[in-house]
Amino acid sequence: MKYTLEMVVLAVGAFLALVGAGFAQDRAFGAHMWVLFFVLLGSTLVLMRRINFQPVAAGSAAPQSEYFDEVVRYGVIATMFWGVVGFLVGVFVALQLAFPDLNFEPWFNFGRVRPLHTSAVIFAFGGNALIATSFYVVQRTSRARLFGGDRLGWFVFWGYQLFIVLAATGYLLGITQSREYAEPEWYVDLWLTIVWVAYLVAFLGTIMVRKEPHIYVANWFYLAFIITIAMLHVVNNLAVPVSFLGSKSYSAFSGVQDALTQWWYGHNAVGFLLTAGFLGMMYYFIPKQANRPVYSYRLSIIHFWALIFMYIWAGPHHLHYTALPDWAQTLGMVFSIMLLMPSWGGMINGLMTLSGAWDKIRTDPIVRMMVMAVAFYGMATFEGPMMSIKTVNSLSHYTDWTIGHVHSGALGWNGMITFGAIYHLVPKLWNRERLYSVRMVNWHFWLATLGIVIYAAVMWVAGIQQGLMWREYDDQGFLVYSFAETVAAMFPYYVMRAIGGSLFLAGGVLMAFNVTMTILGRVRDEAPILGAAPLPAAAE
Amino acid sequence: METYTALRQFADSWALLGMVLFFVGVIAFTLRPGGKNAAQNAASIPLKED
Repeated sequence: MKYTLEMVVLAVGAFLALVGAGFAQDRAFGAHMWVLFFVLLGSTLVLMRRINFQPVAAGSAAPQSEYFDEVVRYGVIATMFWGVVGFLVGVFVALQLAFPDLNFEPWFNFGRVRPLHTSAVIFAFGGNALIATSFYVVQRTSRARLFGGDRLGWFVFWGYQLFIVLAATGYLLGITQSREYAEPEWYVDLWLTIVWVAYLVAFLGTIMVRKEPHIYVANWFYLAFIITIAMLHVVNNLAVPVSFLGSKSYSAFSGVQDALTQWWYGHNAVGFLLTAGFLGMMYYFIPKQANRPVYSYRLSIIHFWALIFMYIWAGPHHLHYTALPDWAQTLGMVFSIMLLMPSWGGMINGLMTLSGAWDKIRTDPIVRMMVMAVAFYGMATFEGPMMSIKTVNSLSHYTDWTIGHVHSGALGWNGMITFGAIYHLVPKLWNRERLYSVRMVNWHFWLATLGIVIYAAVMWVAGIQQGLMWREYDDQGFLVYSFAETVAAMFPYYVMRAIGGSLFLAGGVLMAFNVTMTILGRVRDEAPILGAAPLPAAAE
Repeated sequence: METYTALRQFADSWALLGMVLFFVGVIAFTLRPGGKNAAQNAASIPLKED
């Protein structure tokens, strides 16, 4: 292989980064450009070492296989890697809240590490999982190779990793535009826009050239995710940079309009990245792992349209009792409550796919993981609408209850369905008969479930206590507790939360080990799960 | 008329009606008589391959 074009582009990019570092208007931008320079230079050197100088023998070119799976393999490994990193950083920030001495200034204080955690799990772990599985699913359900050739697929994958590296290092350097889940500054946003358009072209192109007449419902969800994230990302990040060689920019919006734009973005990132995208995963991998078609295909279509028609209006529930007009708050609340219906329709559809095969929950830990994911989807989509009701929100807002809600959705739904998809994919992608160990999947399941339950339950208690302490008045009309007292009262909960998170992290490490051994071709000699079909024997 | 007011009036009249009609139309089309067979064929797509 020769990588002439790739190397030229990378080398020019590295040179431009060096120029950017030299002429930087502020120190943070300069440091960031140095990071970019070394990443691009290193990538150029890696490609240079991979050049094959052997003359191309006639007819030696490997026949192109039906599907482009190499990028999916890389994507699965990236998902696992960023997952473990993201969970680890999560446990670290949890401990920082309990033990403030762990704030190592300036790079590792809570304010910088917290966005590192949220972006690592949502965009690095979740985003890579979505890109990898969407490439896998769209090729198989369209019976067509990924559109745009291998180069486009690789550009999407590596371009996205570059975005992650720039975002993560930017946070630690203190570069942020202070918009939750959209912290990266203008130049990183522009790069992501380019990568995302390439992703859309690859995905939509594959659907366009499909050989299967019908577009399977999972692809509808993936496509809604890609298009909506593009729209949200572009609008929410409209900003004017102070200098083209500086890290600071100002939003195109101001005041309450800025806040509403941000939460229109923020909530629909939940709705379309963490929900619609992962529902695409659910509608493909649960039928595959259970080996039966989805319970009701027509329900899945109604689920799709109802979800996308309602989610887009729910954002204002993040701005209850603020300067946002009252009618907009009420609109956000009403749509959030209505969202319960499509969400539960989807949950029932996912669960009922197992009807007639319920024994698989007992015998197949991967199915069990997926079922738990759907159960958490149902739980979180009940809790969310309830918390969006203004009277409930007046107690829950700004407390740790919100954090608990987010984590039961993110760890329970997004985490578990991704783990299930990875365990399903790895033996197929690397042509292994089975996973290294099915019993370890079972251990992962229980570690993760126990971790989430501890986390969510502790945050309920913490959040409600916090909310009640904040609003406690004495008979003279004075607040009973100072803010510092409410913080001190949270200490035991924060320690317990860190324990729950550690259990979840331990499960993630176990998965990384299991998957690595599977990729290496090892098979653990172990007793089968009770009631399951006997496992293929370990190689002698 | 101010742009905001004009857009706002359009949004809560014709645009709203259009979206509701589209939504109702999609559901009606999904539940049309004879749609069940097509749906069952579509549901089996993932199971056809490896």
